[in-house]
This record gives sequence, structure tokens and C-alpha cells, in this order.
Amino acid sequence: MLITRLKDKEVIESLITTKAFVVNCHGCKEVSFPEEEANELQKELMAAGKLTGIITTDYVCNPDNMKLRLERYAKEIEEADTVLVFSCGIGVQTIAEYMPEKKVCAACDTYPLPGYQGVTPLEHDCDQCGECYLNITGGICPITACSKSLINGQCGGAKEGKCEVDHNMECGWERIYRRLAQVGRLDVLKCPVQVRNFATYKDLSNE
Amino acid sequence: MRITEFFDRGEFVITAEVGPPKGTNIDGLIEEAKEYLSDISAVNVTDNQSSVMRMGSLPVCIALKQAGLNPILQMTCRDRNRMALQSDLLGAAYFGIDNVLSLTGDHTTLGDHPTAKPVFDLDSVSLLYNMVQLENGKDIAGNDLVGEAPKFAKGAVVSPCSDSVDAQIAKMERKIMAGCEFFQTQAVYDSEKFASFMKKIRGMGITTPVQLGIVIPKNAGMCKYMNANVAGISIPDEMIQELAADKEKAKSGETGLAIAARIIRECRPYVQGLHIMAMGWESKVPQLLEMAGLK
Repeated sequence: MLITRLKDKEVIESLITTKAFVVNCHGCKEVSFPEEEANELQKELMAAGKLTGIITTDYVCNPDNMKLRLERYAKEIEEADTVLVFSCGIGVQTIAEYMPEKKVCAACDTYPLPGYQGVTPLEHDCDQCGECYLNITGGICPITACSKSLINGQCGGAKEGKCEVDHNMECGWERIYRRLAQVGRLDVLKCPVQVRNFATYKDLSNE
Repeated sequence: MRITEFFDRGEFVITAEVGPPKGTNIDGLIEEAKEYLSDISAVNVTDNQSSVMRMGSLPVCIALKQAGLNPILQMTCRDRNRMALQSDLLGAAYFGIDNVLSLTGDHTTLGDHPTAKPVFDLDSVSLLYNMVQLENGKDIAGNDLVGEAPKFAKGAVVSPCSDSVDAQIAKMERKIMAGCEFFQTQAVYDSEKFASFMKKIRGMGITTPVQLGIVIPKNAGMCKYMNANVAGISIPDEMIQELAADKEKAKSGETGLAIAARIIRECRPYVQGLHIMAMGWESKVPQLLEMAGLK
């Protein structure tokens, strides 16, 4: 199982430049999604005129399925500067790859729970590390795409774009840099210094 | 002494590095450093360089300090979490070690303990940020330190001839944002590429001092190996041929020193200092400085 938790309201609002399109994933049954909280927040954002549309689907990480559904909302997506994805990290990464020109953001953090983790495509991986970094990396996960799981940028080990650990693997931070350049978001690399938070969902519940 | 003070005085700052041994005896290392490296501004001590386990950087820094040299503590984030890094920084400050070079570190799989757990709890950027917090009397979790806060000259590295130089510059900017006060570069063999890198960063408004990184090329084989395996290094073919042309001259160091001195002369107008990674050729450092017109 895994559990997704909404990021703080202020954080989510700060991700929207002017208008956002929302994708909710009601997932696989292995994900525990904060449906009511998400609905409430989205209603508020809609009332404030900050959303162009909302789609609720399952398995956004299935690209064929997701593509068919999103095609029907082409206009609403076009009107939005941001696509806000309420899902686990894999859903966000799948949509970011599907829309490489668009600013795709994660509205949730994902934590692991014991038990079956569900079936997800092999192209993307979510470590369920809690605090999700996809919003400062253009939707490419620095935890799973970088051998050192670096969150402040590229190390000096990449050669000809390949990782020092695995020469068949592209440097995750090169991909991130390229994606950010493509969507005109290189300014996010000026965000404050990131220090990883290794707190688990259990730690948070005990707070 | 903090090397930032030398930069502030406008001096051309020369440093070289030494690597601790895989063993308990450092008498030879200290003697060599005293003999060949006592005239320069500071001496870097590597930290389990290339992910190969050796004596720690901190004890060797302490021994160099006691021998009258000015050490720079290299710290990688591969082997220690944020608690261990901070306690070593406090220990360094106690012993008067006030120059620290922050590095992420090579991955464990590249070295001689490939099955070890790679840590990377912090990275080169967050370690710099952590040092600033210690200087402000706090640890990285926000707890107060007791007594006088440490003060470090905080350095980092950059790879100017990397094939992903834009991503490197973005990282360089994050290091500066985190508190970096000087840079030492990866080994440079292409003066033109280096000059355009320096012009680019200065044009962007980056004013932090940069020390040109030099690895004296020992022979053609070493160059070919570095070209194939070391990130951010590309040695032009003509240079490799120069080394291969006369094996005796390469062996004695004559050719390598001539090449290194030439690169230093070509790049000197763009930099505020020089960092020599002699890799066992520490005894040739004085000669190199003379040939480069720095002595």
C-alpha cells in the first residue's frame, strides 16, 4: 500500500501561475488518496477562478488510457499554464512525460505503507519518500533517476550524459536540466537549498 | 589560515593536494609536504578519494597543521550522514582547521568497497549550507551550539570542461547561494574551453574566486585512461602525441610539466589561483611553479 498526502494549501497555490488544470488519480486500490480534502481544495480553487477544468480518472500511469482521457480536455489543458496532478509520484511523472512542454506539478507527497504496492509501468519509479521533489525538477524524479538521489543538482560524475555508476543510464540531472530548459523553468533551480526529510508517514502521524 | 583572506588581499592563491595512505603511517606524506608544499597558500587533503578507503582527511589535516602547513579539509557526503559531518566540522574547528572543500563524492561502486552503503544524506550544496548554519551558531536541525561558533573558508568544485557545462554552472550558482566562497576546478587541458567558461560565468555576474585545476599528465596511457573514464576531462590528441613522442622525457616529467606550465600560463589571466593535483608527483610542484612563472 501507499498513501498520498496533500501538500500544504499555500504550496499548491504557489504552483499555479494563473490557471491550472487538475488531474485526480483514484488510482489503483493500493493507494490511499485523501479524496475529500482534495475535493474541498479543488472546489475552492475553482470558485476562485484558478482552474480551467478537473478530470478524475484511475491509473493515470497507464499512458494509453490517460492519453485517451486527456485528449478530450485539450482545450482546458491548453488554457492552463500548470497541470496539477493529485496522485502518487508515478502518475505525476507519466503526465510530465506526456506533456513535455507543460509545467506539470505534484500536489501530493507519497509515503509507503506495508503491503502490496500495486502494478505500475517500469519507465517511472516512485520511492515514496514523503516530501516529493517533482516540482523543482520538471516532473523527473531526482531520487530514482539519479544514482545518488541528489536534490540540489548534478554531481561532477556524468560523462557524455551518462551516469558514473551505470554507463547505460542517462544522467538524471541532465534530463532534469533539459526538461526545465524546454519548459522555460530554469528559474526553479534558484529555489532554496534542499535538505532531505527522511521522516516516515508514521513519524508524521506521531507528531 | 582561511584562504579567503588571501583572495581578499588579491593574492594569486596556489594550493596542491595530498592523498592519505591506506595505512597508519603518514611520516613520508608530512615530510614531502614540508619539503615541497610549504611555500604555497594551502594543501588540500583528499577524503577517501575515488571511493578508495584510506586514512581520514581530518587526522592528516591536523598533522599538517602541526607541521606548520595550512590544510584544506576535503569533505565528501558519500560516507557520513549530516550528524557525522557536523561533528567532524566541529572537531576540525577545534584543531584550527578552517578551510573546508565541500564535495558530493564519487559513488561507492566506483571504488574498493563497492558493496558499501552510499550515504549522500547531504550533498555538496547542503553541506555548504550546513557550514553557514554552524557559523551562525546552529546545527542543521536548528539546535543551538554551545560557545564560540566556528568560521570556515568554504570551498567547492566545478567542472568547467564538462560536456554538460550548463548544468554544472546551474549547480555552481546553487553552491554560491549556499555559501561557497571559492572554487577549485576539475583538471583543465583545454585552455580555450576553460577561457570561454570563465568568460561565461563572469558575464553572468559570478564573482567568486576560481582556482584553475591542474593534473600533471604523466604519460599517454594516463591521458587515454582519463579521457575514457574521468568525467569532465578531455585531453586533446596533440597533447597525447606530445607525451608519446619521447618516452624518456615523459617519464622524467619534462613533457608533462611543460604541458601543465603552458596551460597555467594560458589560463592565468582568467583565474584567481591555481590548484595542483600532483597525484604522487608532489616533488615536482616547485619546478612546475617555476616553469609557469609563478615563483
